[in-house]
Amino acid sequence: MLSQFYINAVYVIAAILFILGLKLLSKPKTARTGNLLSALGMLVAMVVTLLSKEIVDWTTIVICLAIGGVIGVLASRLVALTAMPQMVAVFNGLGGGASMLVAWVALFGSSERFVAIAVILSVVIGGITFAGSGIAWGKLSAVLASKPLLFLGQRFINGALFVVLIVCAVMFVLEPAPTSFYLYAIIGIALMLGILTVLPIGGADMPVVISLLNSYSGLAACAAGLAINNVILIVSGALVGAAGIILTNIMCKAMNRSLANVLFSGFGAQKSATKVEGQANPITPEDAYLILEAANSVAFVPGYGMAVAQAQHAVHELGSLLETRGTDVTYAIHPVAGRMPGHMNVLLAEANVSYDQLLEMDDINPKINTIDVAVVIGANDVVNPAAREDESSPIYGMPIINVDAAKTVFVLKRSLASGFSGVDNPLFFNSNTRMLFGDAKQSISALITEFKD
Amino acid sequence: MEIVFLALILVLAIFLGFELISKVPATLHTPLMSGANAISGITLVGALLAAGTGSVSHELATWLGAGAVVFATVNVVGGYLVTDRMLGLFKQRTQPTEKDERT
Repeated sequence: MLSQFYINAVYVIAAILFILGLKLLSKPKTARTGNLLSALGMLVAMVVTLLSKEIVDWTTIVICLAIGGVIGVLASRLVALTAMPQMVAVFNGLGGGASMLVAWVALFGSSERFVAIAVILSVVIGGITFAGSGIAWGKLSAVLASKPLLFLGQRFINGALFVVLIVCAVMFVLEPAPTSFYLYAIIGIALMLGILTVLPIGGADMPVVISLLNSYSGLAACAAGLAINNVILIVSGALVGAAGIILTNIMCKAMNRSLANVLFSGFGAQKSATKVEGQANPITPEDAYLILEAANSVAFVPGYGMAVAQAQHAVHELGSLLETRGTDVTYAIHPVAGRMPGHMNVLLAEANVSYDQLLEMDDINPKINTIDVAVVIGANDVVNPAAREDESSPIYGMPIINVDAAKTVFVLKRSLASGFSGVDNPLFFNSNTRMLFGDAKQSISALITEFKD
Repeated sequence: MEIVFLALILVLAIFLGFELISKVPATLHTPLMSGANAISGITLVGALLAAGTGSVSHELATWLGAGAVVFATVNVVGGYLVTDRMLGLFKQRTQPTEKDERT
């Protein structure tokens, strides 16, 4: 059985492995190794903890590890990649929930004031993460409506809950106990806050929510570490918390909105005032084929609609067919396309698209006017020129992929309905835009058939 | 351990986190997120201590600890495996290894 000194020494090694792992994770070539290093760090930390002399009861641990392990393996193997956003949400939530419970148990061993404060932090952040991730899961897997859910007095209720939370926290710190009424109240309020803060956030803002919850799960672990005086929890939790905040910030910048605006505005619930009138030009797959065949360069611009239609494999097949004919094919990806950061990249990777063909918004925009055909697949707001031109538009100021500057634009869409934000898209009525109506996957398949005939 | 010392570690770790992640290509946003999420499952260490510490002979503590171990294990195991699965899909068109073999 190891003494605390050796355990802490091994925790340092684990921390180094996490840090190296995160560093390698940020480059495509080394990412997989990075993840393995980080997993190794976790294994090391776990094993050395199990060797601690504090642990006397093994049955519970072995049973729980087995249950969790089996669920984890099955979930990671069986869940489809299109369901990745909701799965990440679930994992986040469980991490937050675990930290909440860990902090709670810390109260059985100590009633110091510092511990009590750390416990509250961990319980509140962990509880919000747990419940908020549950709601995010519901919205992403369409169990709940993905529309922002707003009701009268919502802010008032949130504010009131927050005040009650502060009062309970103070009362609890004055007399900390693991079965304190105030602790139960704090847990209840944290869970309610998690639900109430994610409900009003719409589906298209989910990339921000998911990365923010990711950050929270780290912070909850960090606070739990302060509560149980454990260095590895503090360090790793803070690393994840910081990483999550950076990612959240990248997502907010990509929408040109503040985090507060994303969290509290119920964006997309209200319709915009600006109506766009005009005549859209529909096109048949046969005519679309003729234009594509003559094109020298084609850029695919995917959005959440591609994920819904599961069209990524068909898109890659069409891309490959074009490439074999000497066409220059790229995939232009907006940072907030889809429901989590990098959602489109994962789907296209699944369909075997090489990652050096994927261009970020800032790389494609300067040369978009040299593109012969831009094919917009299930994306709407991220290619809406109103964001650039119409100051009254709710999405005004959001950086977009300027597909309207390409020589021809194909928009694959079910109907002319407005995008998630409820904003009409003038792109559909441009003279160089052709609408290919129908299910994205079927439309692409129809084009592939044309190419093969 | 002293609170000041813990606070110092906390601050340094946060700065390190900012430094590590500040320049990540969009392609890796999802794996990075799920990989970081797996790291946040480090709370498993706390959960193990909570579930296995017999000195705290309170039934509620053991149950809470057990729940924490299950939650954290799902987070850790699922998180790492799914990140690995995703990263396995990321391919470059010009596979450097094949090129090396040919030349």
